[in-house]
Amino acid sequence: MKVYKLLILLCVLMACSSKSSETENASSNSVREVLPDMSIYHLPAKWHTQNNEQIELKDLQGDVLVMVMIYTSCQAACPRLVADMRNIESQIGGQLKDEVKLILVSIDPETDTPERLKAFAKENQMDNDQWLFLQGTEASVREFANVLAVKYKQISPMDFSHSNIISVFDQKGVLQHQQEGLGVDNKETIAKINELAGNG
Amino acid sequence: MKGIGPLLLMICFFLCTQKKAFSQSMVKIEGGSYIPLYGRDSAKIIVRDFLMDVYPVTNEAFLSFVKEYPTWQKDKVRRLFADDNYLNDWESPISPGEKISLKAPVTNISWFAAKYYCECQDKRLPTIDEWEYVAMADETKKDARKDSTYNQKILEWYETPRTHKKEIGNTFKNYWGVYDMHGLVWEWTFDFNSVLISGASRKDMDNDRNLFCGSAAIGANDLMNYAAFMRYAFRGSIKANFAVKNLGFRCVKDIQDPSKNNSSNHKID
Repeated sequence: MKVYKLLILLCVLMACSSKSSETENASSNSVREVLPDMSIYHLPAKWHTQNNEQIELKDLQGDVLVMVMIYTSCQAACPRLVADMRNIESQIGGQLKDEVKLILVSIDPETDTPERLKAFAKENQMDNDQWLFLQGTEASVREFANVLAVKYKQISPMDFSHSNIISVFDQKGVLQHQQEGLGVDNKETIAKINELAGNG
Repeated sequence: MKGIGPLLLMICFFLCTQKKAFSQSMVKIEGGSYIPLYGRDSAKIIVRDFLMDVYPVTNEAFLSFVKEYPTWQKDKVRRLFADDNYLNDWESPISPGEKISLKAPVTNISWFAAKYYCECQDKRLPTIDEWEYVAMADETKKDARKDSTYNQKILEWYETPRTHKKEIGNTFKNYWGVYDMHGLVWEWTFDFNSVLISGASRKDMDNDRNLFCGSAAIGANDLMNYAAFMRYAFRGSIKANFAVKNLGFRCVKDIQDPSKNNSSNHKID
C-alpha cells in the first residue's frame, strides 16, 4: 500500500512536471505571435548581469540592442572593441539614449563573473543603466555566438581568438546590422541605431 | 485503491519508456592527449573520458524527438534555429515517408536542433576535439592518422555521393566500438564555430587580424591530414541554422562518477 502511495505521488509529480512544460510551450507560443521568427528573444537561456541579476534576453524587448562579444582579460582586440562601443554610445542622439542598450557578452563565462564584469564596467566608465554585461554558460555563449555568426576559440588558458563583430538588433530582437573588423568607421552602425531607435 | 496502483504503475512505466524512445547505446571513450589539426598554442589537446553514441542519430530516433517536442517539427521550427532546408526531405512534419529509411542517419538538421536533441536526454554535442579524437581511430588503432590507406579511405568516401541515404552501422566499427564516424554523414560538433578560417563569404580576405583577435596563433599543425583539413574547412563555412543534406550528428555524455572511469568498455543503454 505504501508503495502505491509513493507511486501515486511520483506520478502526480511527473504529471505536474509535464504540465508545467506544456504551459511553458503555450507561453512561448504566445510570444511567438508577437515576435518574428528570427528574434533572439526565442533563445531560452538565462544570463547574469554585472549587478548579479538573472535575466533572459527577452527581458530586453523594446530597446534597440548593440551587442559585442568580448572577454575582460583580453589584451589585443577587446580594448579596441570596447573603445568602438563607447564611441558608438557617444554618438547616439541625446533623446534616443533611453531606447538603446549597449551589451557586452563575455565569451569567457568561467573567468568573467558578475563581480569581474562589474569591475570592468567601472574601469571603463561603462557603469550605468545603458550598459549591460552578461555572463552565460559555455553552452549559452556558444549558442548566442552562433546567432551572431561570431566565432571564437580558446587558444590558451588565458586567451581566446574571436571575431570582432558589433551587432545591432531592433526592438523585436531581429538582427539588423553588423559591423565587422577593428578600427572600421562606426558611421553606418550609428546611423542604423539612430534610425531604429527613432522608429521605436 | 488497490486497483489503481498497478494502473498507475503501468502509466508511469509507459511515460518512462516513452522518454527512452530515442535513446541509444553509448560506449566509453578513454581520454588521452593528441595533437589535432588545429589546436591551441600548446599544441597538445587533452580529452577527458566520455561516453559517445555508437551510431549517428537516425531518422527514426529524430522522429520520436519531434513527436515529443513539436516545436522542432519542420512546419513549426523558428527560422532563427533552422533554415528552409530543415528536414526538407521528410514527407511531412511527423513522417520521413516511404523513400527514406528510418535506419538512415537524420540529416538536414541544424546545430540548434542537434543541440536540443542531445540536451533533452542529458547528453550534449561532442566538441571538435572529442569528435576528432574518436575519428582518428581505425578498426584496431586509437590513432590511425599516419596510416596512408586510412586517409585514402576517408577521402574516397568524401568523393562518394549520397552516402547519407545508407543505414547506420554500414561502415566499420572503430577501436572504441563506434560506428560510422567516416563513410556516412558529416557530423555537427558543439564548437564548430571555433574554426577561424577566413573565407570569401566574410569580408576578411585582406586582413584576418582585424576580424579575428589572435588569428596568428591559429594554424594547421599537419597539412598532410587533408581529410581533417576538409572537415575543419567545412565547419568554418557553415552557420548554426544551416540544414545540410549530408550533415547529421551524434551525442556524447560526460562521465559523472570518477569511480566508473576504470571499467573499460563501459556500456549503457
